[in-house]
Amino acid sequence: MTNSDKILATLNHVNLTHGSRQILQDVSLSLEAGKVLTIIGPNGAGKSTLLRVLLGLQQADCGDVKLRDGLSIGYVPQSISIDNNLPLNVQRFVALGGNAGSVPEVLAMLKIEHLKDAAIQSISGGEFQRVLLARALSRKPELLVLDEPAQGVDVMGQGELYDKISTLRHEYGFGVVMVSHDLHLVMAKTDQVICLNQHICCSGVPDDVSRHPEYHRLFGDMPDTGLAVYTHNHDHTHDIHGNVVDSDAKGCNHG
Amino acid sequence: MDEFIVRALIAGSLVAAVAGLLGVFVVWRRMAFFGDTLSHSALLGVALGMLLNIGFMVGVVVSTLLVGLILYSFQKQKRVSNDALLGILAHSGLSMGLIALSFVETQINIEEWLFGDVLSVTWQDVLTIAAVMALVVSIMWWLWSPLLALTVHDELAKVEGVNTNSVNLCFVLVVALLVATAMQVVGALLITALLIIPATAARNFAKTPEQMALIAAVIGVLSVVCGVGASNWYDVPAGPSIVMASTVFFFSSHLGRRLL
Repeated sequence: MTNSDKILATLNHVNLTHGSRQILQDVSLSLEAGKVLTIIGPNGAGKSTLLRVLLGLQQADCGDVKLRDGLSIGYVPQSISIDNNLPLNVQRFVALGGNAGSVPEVLAMLKIEHLKDAAIQSISGGEFQRVLLARALSRKPELLVLDEPAQGVDVMGQGELYDKISTLRHEYGFGVVMVSHDLHLVMAKTDQVICLNQHICCSGVPDDVSRHPEYHRLFGDMPDTGLAVYTHNHDHTHDIHGNVVDSDAKGCNHG
Repeated sequence: MDEFIVRALIAGSLVAAVAGLLGVFVVWRRMAFFGDTLSHSALLGVALGMLLNIGFMVGVVVSTLLVGLILYSFQKQKRVSNDALLGILAHSGLSMGLIALSFVETQINIEEWLFGDVLSVTWQDVLTIAAVMALVVSIMWWLWSPLLALTVHDELAKVEGVNTNSVNLCFVLVVALLVATAMQVVGALLITALLIIPATAARNFAKTPEQMALIAAVIGVLSVVCGVGASNWYDVPAGPSIVMASTVFFFSSHLGRRLL
């Protein structure tokens, strides 16, 4: 399936430790144009760190990160606070992304034109997420990197937001990599899922409705609301601390 | 009007206008203490400039840049907090400056460097200040967009292709150039006031970043006019009078906003 022309970025055997704590362990993945890759995992699993390594904001201890030459990236970071002393409205904030000409278009696309003259500090968290996405899209990105893009967005809006991202990637053909907690909403719109807990526990194609006992053990902090997750088979088990217990390892490569 | 007053007004206005322009970034980026550190340690530059016979301005620019570089290299580590580091450099720079000045053979008036003496600038000084300020404004013209993007969110700016290291370095350079010229106007201890007071006062009237910078520059110039005027009429020191005038503008801007 993998077409080398469509590869936007690859990570090869990336490792990162912070002090004595292993943050990322032998993580490899590749991102393709027109595909959505979602990274899930418990708190502290290294999801945001993985995105930061991909973006070059943080250095891996070993392993390499390759981005296609001249790749244009749209990034939605996890949280932003802007000093109240800075007089900045929404359309100016979006224009700071470097493509002022496309601002009206992206604001309309995400249905936030009414916010264009609002002070950036005055809009709600959910509105801010859409504004950040607008800024990322205004750059006509080839790769969209989203760190929990729907945080603070109401439940109705979340579905809409993921729908939008999915439709737009078909329309413009950009690749998407995102960290998300909204499993039930995001699964249907995702081509590939990686579950990360320092290492890649498993990766695969999401399924519509499935409950998996392994999954629940790994994501014990997720509310059990009977929402759809995806079927996959772990090729290893975790002990009570979440460490990998090597069974007949295949596919996963734990160092 | 006496000619020395005219010179003081021109030199002071130039410096205060540019300080307003840079000051908005100091306020947005919460770098007030950083400004203090650069300007306090500039006294060391004055002493070095005199001891090495390279002129105080070159000395100040070099020492300020050096302190800026030390700050940036230390920011990468996390053991010493930024706040404590700024305090250490500000006060050690000031102390080293005072010690070094005691080695200077010629009679100097330390108070002049601590609080400025804008009434004694010569036409030659005015020309130098004008040239340096023109340089700062042209650097800022070119630096404006990337610096603003970086101020809003540095990592987002970095991903979007802003070279954050060189932009930060350029900003330290322009602040260093401003400090070197503002030494004569308000002195090492009061430079930060010129950076942050007019900028903060301008916030109440501005709708865009550019408006805020322009209004800050205007408030800076008005403060110089009022301060130098007061100094002339009541025979009080000029530097502190300029700072007090800007403080009056700051409080009245808040009052004015409440009333509007």
